[in-house]
Amino acid sequence: MKFTGIKQIAQALRSKVISVQELYDESVQRLNTYEELNCIINTTPELAAAQIKKAQTQIDTNQGSLLTGVPIVHKDLFCVKNTKTTCGSKILENFVAPYDATIVENLNGAGMVTIAKANMDEFAMGSSNENSFFGVVKNPWDLTRVPGGSSGGSAASVAAGISPIATGSDTGGSIRQPAALCGVTGIKPSYGRASRYGMVAFASSLDQAGVFARAAEDCAYVLSEMCGFDGRDSTSAHVAKEDFSQNLNKSIKGMKIGIIPEWMDSLDDKLKNQTITAINKLKDLGAQLIEIELPKAHLAVSAYYVLAPAECSSNLSRFDGVRYGYQCDNPKDLNDLYVRTRTEGFGEEVKRRIMIGTWALSAGFYDAYYRKAQKIRRLIADDFQSAFTQVDIIAAPVTPEAAFEFNAKKDPVSMYQEDIFTIPSSLAGLPCLSMPIGLVDNLPVGLQLIGNNLAESTILNAAHQYQQDTSFHKLVAEGYDE
Amino acid sequence: MSKQKYETVIGLEIHTQLKTKSKLFAATDTTYGASPNSQVSFLEAAIPGQLPVFNEKVLRYAIRFGLAVGAKVIAKESRFDRKNYFYPDSPKGYQITQLHHPIVEHGSLTIEDANGNSKLIRINRAHIEEDAGKSIHTKYADYSGIDLNRCGTPLIEIVSEPDMSNAKEAVAYMKEIHSIVTHLGICDGNLQEGSFRCDANVSIRPVGQKELGTRTELKNINSFRFVEKAINLEVKRQIKRVEAGNKVVQETRLYDAEKHETRSMRSKEEANDYRYFPDPDLLPVVIDQAYIDNEKKYIPEFPAKKILRYLNEFDLTEDDAKAIAHDKNLSLFFDETVKLLKKATAKTCANRLLADVSSLAKSHNATVSDKIISAEQFSELLEAQATGIISHKIAKVILEQLWDSQLSVKEIIEKEGLAQVSDSGELEAIIEVLIKTNQNQFQEYKEGNMKMFNFFVGQVMKQTKGRANPAEVKLILEKL
Repeated sequence: MKFTGIKQIAQALRSKVISVQELYDESVQRLNTYEELNCIINTTPELAAAQIKKAQTQIDTNQGSLLTGVPIVHKDLFCVKNTKTTCGSKILENFVAPYDATIVENLNGAGMVTIAKANMDEFAMGSSNENSFFGVVKNPWDLTRVPGGSSGGSAASVAAGISPIATGSDTGGSIRQPAALCGVTGIKPSYGRASRYGMVAFASSLDQAGVFARAAEDCAYVLSEMCGFDGRDSTSAHVAKEDFSQNLNKSIKGMKIGIIPEWMDSLDDKLKNQTITAINKLKDLGAQLIEIELPKAHLAVSAYYVLAPAECSSNLSRFDGVRYGYQCDNPKDLNDLYVRTRTEGFGEEVKRRIMIGTWALSAGFYDAYYRKAQKIRRLIADDFQSAFTQVDIIAAPVTPEAAFEFNAKKDPVSMYQEDIFTIPSSLAGLPCLSMPIGLVDNLPVGLQLIGNNLAESTILNAAHQYQQDTSFHKLVAEGYDE
Repeated sequence: MSKQKYETVIGLEIHTQLKTKSKLFAATDTTYGASPNSQVSFLEAAIPGQLPVFNEKVLRYAIRFGLAVGAKVIAKESRFDRKNYFYPDSPKGYQITQLHHPIVEHGSLTIEDANGNSKLIRINRAHIEEDAGKSIHTKYADYSGIDLNRCGTPLIEIVSEPDMSNAKEAVAYMKEIHSIVTHLGICDGNLQEGSFRCDANVSIRPVGQKELGTRTELKNINSFRFVEKAINLEVKRQIKRVEAGNKVVQETRLYDAEKHETRSMRSKEEANDYRYFPDPDLLPVVIDQAYIDNEKKYIPEFPAKKILRYLNEFDLTEDDAKAIAHDKNLSLFFDETVKLLKKATAKTCANRLLADVSSLAKSHNATVSDKIISAEQFSELLEAQATGIISHKIAKVILEQLWDSQLSVKEIIEKEGLAQVSDSGELEAIIEVLIKTNQNQFQEYKEGNMKMFNFFVGQVMKQTKGRANPAEVKLILEKL
């Protein structure tokens, strides 16, 4: 894509170097060129046509926002009115959403142009995008490797320059991990910042919408429009709308950055070195590095894989073949309808998690699993709170490794370990991002920045300052740089 | 089968539909009787991505109920849980309820037992939950219909302790709860429309045994009469089983009013594991004491207190006092009317209200609350009779004309010429004519036939169309 950043795009649009239509056409052209990546489930040409017209009028009359006319791809679990919203599942293959999710409404309001709905792991369950009913998404850096998940389609779309911006959702790492594996920046805001209204639920107490872009700066612009209190979501944070770009240009001199030695030591040498180099860059920019501990964080994956499946087992009950979505042929009776619809409609990983969650909530097991996991969750949140009495943000790895090959992780538990560094901050509901810090064996890797509750602008500030002084976020995979 | 051998233990779970305009978690209309699926929002249809938002009115209603039954706990922090089960009339696949942290706990009320003594019935808890939709199995040949209009309607489930020892007590308790929720105005109390439904937990045990027997649960009983019938039937069935050497099986049973039998719906083994857990879409409901105190002003005077007031202040008969106090609409009308009356007329007011006004309302298929007669009109009517302007008979005639009329009593009396004739001159003239035309009867009267006395009174009334003052007529006849 010719214009990589939102400011450049806005400038080009306002100075009539390019029209909204031309910008859109370029996105669609790249989408077709890189069809092989399988980033997209459905395109939204009718919606786009109306949005293009409106955006161009606004630009021509000097109205609109910084985002007006900027193309966007929405992860296919956000309801977009009158378009298919599949969640990457057969069970919703033909489900047409009758309304817009709040975040979609907000971004539509800001004048963004919807190109398509992005591929994803079914119901956002997965770390490799291998669980989509619509096929795997390929990593633009290496077509034999995964893009990460569950927001793999969104991350790959931005990495391939199909769209400068994509929305994603993050329950246990589903924005940060694919951002790292695809070499883009991705942010998950604090729990409650972005409304969950209209986002198909996986695990309600963890799900958060977020943004992918090349640069942290662009994440800040889009996130600012996306977030805000929403009365339609009871868990929405009662805080005023915030401009997350306000601190971007502040120096990070004196910023206290927490490092978790235990996490660093668990990395292989190459990734460890890359991570240390990135952290040292932050130090060069004036930050102060402080070693911290999160004593209970090693329990996070276990707790997460009780809590998230428990919630999912209940949230996914509504997909029963009665009112919408896939229905099995010739059901014999009600029970047969339920059993076959769900057996045939859901993929393996989704069924696995429904089973785990159902079991964890069963009479006699609740105290041993669900209640204990909730306790661990609180303890981990406490760990973070005590860490944030010493530091402003935490810098940590995103993943234990760079993008892996398809079918490399056949054992679900080894796949779950992929989220070992992303899950703790999810359990604590904290804002966190992943930014590119260079290549290991020609594959991108990322650094995770975790902020205190509602401190999005602080982590975005650190990421932006880093990106002002480095160009890793501008690295593009070979063949995608036109 | 000896009655003394066993005692019955009953606990009730009453589902009270709250009279809110909108549903528990969405701004969807709750009016009863709309065409199927016309009152269903995306939320109730469980469209993906939909989220519940708590209707605060429900909280306030539940608090009022707690205050009314003297609950020891009105929770400063209550929470919602999900009860998971699959059924088409519950599209989400779970019901939102309050298992672990209900809004109301440990209340009580008193009922009258068989010996007329008052008996305390403890209320374990009252929690907020959503109603399900309705499955319609009878209308279509090869499939079932689903109507989601009721889905998401707010309920409070009121759970008693097993403190009732016979069906009559269960009915008395149910009636008392009914009276409380209708007096509070939080439930329309309409049993036929399912606004007030009852499940009964019934067990028996040998007299003197401490531990409870195995209970069965009778589901969805929607009339006071059926509660009594169903419990009695179930007690008989259980005793019969035990006497025959069998055990009572813990199960859910359905009462069939038409066949007058209870039958098994599902056994304990078939019961669902509901996998309750805190609903992550909803925050705990946190309130302070001031919030609770604010609801106190909505607690009305309840029947028990009202009855005492009626007895002491107005000297009503106990039957009249009870009948009026237990009917919210009647008591409102009564209280409004007596405010406009001399105290001495209150007793007559009660009497006329229960007899004349109620039967008139009934004949018009209406209730007193429809306010087709105002308290002003009714009090004017009663005073007119009390001061001798009209007789009771005429009062009834006027009452009928007042129905649906804007006229005052005075206007009707004048318009129809209904004022009582007490003028002795006028009455004497009428009687004089009557004597002339009924010589034989008059002769008999003079000879002491008291039947003829009544004959002349009747004739005078007939001539005056009931307007003659009977006392005055009597006086004149006696003087003859």
